[in-house]
Amino acid sequence: MSDPQSPASHPGPDRPTGTFTVKRGLAEMLRGGVIMDVVDATQAKVAEDAGAVAVMALERVPADIRRDGGVARMSDPALIEGIQAAVTVPVMAKARIGHFAEAQVLASLGVDYIDESEVLTPADESHHIDKWPFEIPFVCGATNLGEALRRISEGAAMIRSKGEAGTGNIVEAVRHLRAVLGDIRKITQADSAELFGWAKQLSAPIGLVQEIADTGRLPVPLFCAGGIATPADASLVMQLGAEAVFVGSGIFKSADPAKMARAIVEATAHYADADLVAKVSTGLGAAMPGQEIQAIDVHLADRGW
Amino acid sequence: MTIGVLALQGDVREHVAAFCDLGEDVTLVRRPEDLEGVDGIVLPGGESTTVSMLLDSSGLFDPLDAALAAGLPAFGTCAGMILLATEVLDGRSDQRRFGVIDLTVRRNGYGRQRASFECDLDVPGLGGPPGVPLHAVFIRAPVVEAVGGGVEVVARLPTGGGLAATGPVVDGEPTGPVVAARQGSVLATAFHPELTADRRLHRRFVEMVKERAGERRS
Repeated sequence: MSDPQSPASHPGPDRPTGTFTVKRGLAEMLRGGVIMDVVDATQAKVAEDAGAVAVMALERVPADIRRDGGVARMSDPALIEGIQAAVTVPVMAKARIGHFAEAQVLASLGVDYIDESEVLTPADESHHIDKWPFEIPFVCGATNLGEALRRISEGAAMIRSKGEAGTGNIVEAVRHLRAVLGDIRKITQADSAELFGWAKQLSAPIGLVQEIADTGRLPVPLFCAGGIATPADASLVMQLGAEAVFVGSGIFKSADPAKMARAIVEATAHYADADLVAKVSTGLGAAMPGQEIQAIDVHLADRGW
Repeated sequence: MTIGVLALQGDVREHVAAFCDLGEDVTLVRRPEDLEGVDGIVLPGGESTTVSMLLDSSGLFDPLDAALAAGLPAFGTCAGMILLATEVLDGRSDQRRFGVIDLTVRRNGYGRQRASFECDLDVPGLGGPPGVPLHAVFIRAPVVEAVGGGVEVVARLPTGGGLAATGPVVDGEPTGPVVAARQGSVLATAFHPELTADRRLHRRFVEMVKERAGERRS
């Protein structure tokens, strides 16, 4: 049988692409997996070999962005294309908060997900990107439920915590997950009148609050990002209710990246199995150096609103 | 009767919910011992290379391979179809597969995420109200490029909208690629029936598991 021509390049009216269902659908398929930050094709191969469900292409991992200072922008398209050519798993890339032109460039490159990320320097002080017109899905960070619902109302199809990237310190991501999931648990106990109070308090659309009350979960998958440095960190956030994990500096700033990557993949898949987490945590060498949150100058989670 | 859902990575919860809707008992399969007492296994959507690796490291690949070879009914969606197929194109060279349904599939054959799509399918063989199509969600889906002789085609993509015609000509109309297929006790779809509310494919799988259980008793 001959190869089909790429049928999807000619979507008909009866065959819509870029719907919210397919955007959220890819996030659903990544659940239980690890998305790894990579800065070149070699790292991307290491990540894929270790079982990453996707890679995030960027020029510098957050620890280096933090160290170098200056304005952090979208990556060079050549770097992203090199990574796309190197792996078969989905490739994500970051645009600055509010920088819809960077997002348009990433869409033109055909990345699989765009991260509107506080790790880069924000381009707009009061507007996130209107994500609805894009065919490519977006993931956005959130420190609490209101922020998560505002991003979803702008079209985000995946939410992640905004743990302090590049610190190797999980405490902020834990705070964000507990804030989001704790409020969801309270909303499921609220009566219908109280939901309007919740919408006001969260500065979020009532429809999304009502959806949470009905389903007991965020309308899109909730992943953890920021500060994961060990397999036990991954197990912790998965047990708290994260549905997958992003690992940034934690892999390629560790002593043995391939081994650390593999161990975090196993610990994420089997997060409730302490015997297995113990086994994969053994003999990994040094994790990335960590930082106290009080010791850092720039708090990335304060970017965005 | 218990349906096992492979729970190493992917959209496990949606499959569990679908079988619970149908009143079936469901158990999650993460380790070899979880296969005990399972009458049918579901391989959900996810990243097939990751799941392949986790099947090896969890020690599940070999016992599941043996159970499938002995006739354990299986239902694979998207990544699950890739794991069940006999031939995988554009996979990783170390990617494992069970090879229990005679299909040649090309991983991500429709393209990257921007090519992911929704579509109504004609599924005359699935029952339900006549003429009601099955709404299907394709996410970085595999393309079925070849189908073996013993395989029953359950659904094809409709033609139109510029689709490449890769199926036979029926009533003078070319048909699209196969997107759902069955061979013996194995059912596989390139799309995600677990993401929509139509339970016809899950019900079909439950019937297959019951048929198989009946055969084993007699």
